[in-house]
Amino acid sequence: MPALSRKEVEEIALLARLHLEPDELAQMEIELGAIVEYFAALADVPTEGVPPMTHAVPMDLRLRADEPAPSMSSAEAVAAAPARDGDLFVVPAIIGGGE
Amino acid sequence: MNSDLQDLLEQWEPVIGLEVHVQLATKSKAFSSSAVRFGASPNSLTDPVVLGMPGTLPAFNRAALVLALKLGVATGSKIRARARFARKHYFYPDQPKGYQISQYDEPLCEGGTLEIIHAGAVRRVKLTRIHLEEDAGKNMHVGAFSHVDLNRAGVPLVEVVSAPEMHSADEAAEFMRSLHRLVRWLDISEADMEKGQMRCDANVSVRLRGEDRLGTRTELKNINSFKFVQHAIEHEIVRQVRMLDRGERIVQETRLWDADAGTSQPMRSKETAEDYRYFPDPDLPPVVVDGPMMAATLGAIPELPVVRFERYMRVHEMSADDARTLVGDRALADYFERALEAHSGAKSGRIIANWMLTELLGALNANGQTIAASPMPPERLAAVVELVEKGVISGKIGKEVFEESFKTGDPPMAIVVRRGVQQISDEHKLAEVIEQVVIANPQQVQGYQSGKDNLFGFFVGQVMKLTNGRANPVITSDLLHKRLGR
Amino acid sequence: MTEPAGPKAEITEPHWLSAADLAKHIAAGDVTATRAFDAVVARIRNLDRELGAYLALDGSARAVAIEIDRKRKLNEPLPPLAGVPIAIKDNVVTRGVATTAGSKMLAGWLPPYDATVIEKLRAAGAVIVGKVNCDEFAMGSSTERSAIQRTRNPWDTQRVPGGSSGGSAAAVAAGLCAGALGTDTGGSIRQPAAFCGVVGLKPTYGRVSRWGAIAFASSLDQIGPITRTVEDAALLLEVIAGLDPRDETSIDAPVPRYRDALTGDVAGLRVGIPFEYYEGSVDADVRGALERAKATLVERGALLVDVTLPHTKHALPAYYIVAPAEASSNLARYDGIRFGAAAKGAKNLLDLYMKSRGANFGIEVKRRIMLGTFALRSGYYDAYYKKAQQVRTLIKRDFDKAFQQVDVMLTPTTPSCAFRFGAKTSPLEMYQADVFTLACNLAGLPGISVPCGLSGEGLPIGAQLLGKPLDEATLLRAAHVIEAALGIAKRPKAVS
Repeated sequence: MPALSRKEVEEIALLARLHLEPDELAQMEIELGAIVEYFAALADVPTEGVPPMTHAVPMDLRLRADEPAPSMSSAEAVAAAPARDGDLFVVPAIIGGGE
Repeated sequence: MNSDLQDLLEQWEPVIGLEVHVQLATKSKAFSSSAVRFGASPNSLTDPVVLGMPGTLPAFNRAALVLALKLGVATGSKIRARARFARKHYFYPDQPKGYQISQYDEPLCEGGTLEIIHAGAVRRVKLTRIHLEEDAGKNMHVGAFSHVDLNRAGVPLVEVVSAPEMHSADEAAEFMRSLHRLVRWLDISEADMEKGQMRCDANVSVRLRGEDRLGTRTELKNINSFKFVQHAIEHEIVRQVRMLDRGERIVQETRLWDADAGTSQPMRSKETAEDYRYFPDPDLPPVVVDGPMMAATLGAIPELPVVRFERYMRVHEMSADDARTLVGDRALADYFERALEAHSGAKSGRIIANWMLTELLGALNANGQTIAASPMPPERLAAVVELVEKGVISGKIGKEVFEESFKTGDPPMAIVVRRGVQQISDEHKLAEVIEQVVIANPQQVQGYQSGKDNLFGFFVGQVMKLTNGRANPVITSDLLHKRLGR
Repeated sequence: MTEPAGPKAEITEPHWLSAADLAKHIAAGDVTATRAFDAVVARIRNLDRELGAYLALDGSARAVAIEIDRKRKLNEPLPPLAGVPIAIKDNVVTRGVATTAGSKMLAGWLPPYDATVIEKLRAAGAVIVGKVNCDEFAMGSSTERSAIQRTRNPWDTQRVPGGSSGGSAAAVAAGLCAGALGTDTGGSIRQPAAFCGVVGLKPTYGRVSRWGAIAFASSLDQIGPITRTVEDAALLLEVIAGLDPRDETSIDAPVPRYRDALTGDVAGLRVGIPFEYYEGSVDADVRGALERAKATLVERGALLVDVTLPHTKHALPAYYIVAPAEASSNLARYDGIRFGAAAKGAKNLLDLYMKSRGANFGIEVKRRIMLGTFALRSGYYDAYYKKAQQVRTLIKRDFDKAFQQVDVMLTPTTPSCAFRFGAKTSPLEMYQADVFTLACNLAGLPGISVPCGLSGEGLPIGAQLLGKPLDEATLLRAAHVIEAALGIAKRPKAVS
């Protein structure tokens, strides 16, 4: 497994929506590269047929009764928002789509 | 469609797959007890979980599982004994956690079929999967800003994914109608498309007929009415066929349907390539469908609309259109069943259906009422039909009796008695009346007997006049023929 | 460490009483909750300027103490922690009290709800003194990664208190509260407890509700107590443990009265010694202390059994894939839209995301988000995240096998004592500080760190006991025996 290229670091930062200053990018390139190389040891562990552990303690999902509880008020809902307009959250105009 | 396009479509075969999101009719959200309601004021249906606040955790709603399971069973899907939730990551203001709780490689249902009614017959369309997920909120664009309302965030959804095996826009629209009918039939969802309770994306490609491989597909978004599904897909098929005909290549992209313009536009390509980084949600252990839950679900599935559709055609000899209309609404079909139960003659099914689809729906529409709230119960409609069928009243009188009963709520027989409109079928009585007519109209008798056939109607009319329209027309006509000798 | 609890004893230093003793004295009327609270607050005012444990005090706390005293006067029954001042790690949500998780991202955020553990503490009569420092979003092993302030080790203020629950451990060690809650994702309760000479218990995954614990790595995080005595750890666990319908991963099992396990009897107890935890770079002082811990247990009739946990060496890389992957997901919600800090004057939506997150996350958080995003990308998932989760299964199987032969395992909590500020320069070097603690999280097991003496430099050393799932009682029983024999009698010099 090769260490990370600068371009790859930039792509990951974009995917993670993290603005990195040039010095941070340089630091990440070196440090992440070293960590990823360190991870490489795992590749040699034989894991064929070993189920991945998603829950440390095996259990089944409990199901909640479909009973609505009182909502927060809209004022409470938006109280902590950095930008709001009345009862709405505000973001810069969305162009193009998400999902 | 012009003829060169027709020629092209003889060469090219469209291949269509649909992804339909259906909101599940629960009282609270998928992963929190925040209430679900359409049309509430912005951000008034939230809680810390819905807002994705730090430290909050999801707790799954049993009703969402039960409803999804119902759809899985009704479509003959394979139900996974241990299904899993996965996180699907993308940043968007309507997605409070930065990920959507969805299902990825271990969905609840796989490999079922949706039976659709297309061109008067039932056809089976394979389903790739049905999985559970949570809805996003809504973004609204206001000039340089967008507003975010999270009331819808966290509403439980199923995503129904069809196999790419439909071949016309018409068929795709029927798929939507059939799914719509089924989820409403089973009380899984109100599926009101205007309220966004059912939404559709379509994958469309075309290939040369006879080719096995699929062509490059495009994804159409925002086609949220039956009409749009049809128009958007038709438009996309034409667009692709024309491009290929010109030797151009189809680009795999997502296109947004603009219903007003009747065209689609590619969505602005994102700054980053999509990479949803799915992984099993560590907050949610596997969803286990146990024996009792499965048994309860199986026991709760009624006769499905497509089964009834076929029965109505086969047993009751209805036209495909009438049968389809009846099963289009569970309340309508159930009304029919109850009427039939109250009056179950050999041909009654078809006759009752006629009465329902003309008289009853006409009256309900005129009064702005729904079948579920019909002032005329099915047993009473059946009574009217029975009176007509047995010849107690004529069809024409029957309609009057229906109208009066619909308005007043009185039993049909009581109306018949009160109005004295029972049909006269007694041959002696009718013969007496006919005798009076003959005596009173010697000239006409002579004229008829000398060959003026059209005078026959005159005699029928005279009999009806003397009986206030109550004479049984069939018997009257028989007796008249005998009496007049022709 | 505690004053003898006699009838009408003169209580001169209520802040040094254990939580259990303080509760008894308050119930007996030897000291009022208000006086105990005031003593703690006075100490915070005197000492915390230097120690830097507290980030916020709860302005309504004194009223809670007054209410306890009122009830006591009316002879109303008092709950088990009535009047006991407790500090809360700042990544546990407290209604109406600033909760930052040590990050600029949450500066000024007032949560509209309480964590389940907070509800339970309040119901038990505890007085929530305030919020204590931690590495940003609990990502760190020294509390140096807090974006708010530096917390110093009460034993040597030139050294780190450990992390990420460094504020909790320092506050408990310095008598700035009777006990504290921390969170432990890869050792964040046990390692600072060891560095500060106090007891730190990470319960079985699912034993304590995570509702209200600001998620770092959801499949590893657990809330647990940091206390001055093993008895207090048992008492606090009794209060905070149990099923919570709001946490789908919380375990539906009865909560025992853990204090009943503190019998002093370890005769016949089979104590596993996994040699992988004694190899390599373990300091001589730590080795010596662990030998004394072994000897103590043997003297009391326990049996030492050599066991092997062959996949131990893979725990660190597996952890540093799983934890960052989950963190990258859990921290996606910090986008500057609904709460938290936002970049000013963002040009567009992407700009808002990039700058809000870029400017308000610290470098360690960014590094982990980057690592996690890397490991979850399509095409890399199988080689990294899935592989690491498979390795987790192997690590768990190692433990399952070893626990067929033994009841608990004894290991050092850390390879060395508290280090100086700035001593660990590279991330990988810092990650090594968790090398003995994180396998326990990967396997979901309970673990406890109990003080077992001081190093030549006068720094505390912790012994770690690991147990079977839901067998906290046995851990506490063994830890209690080590505490009785090897517990540190001295108080930290910076605060005594």
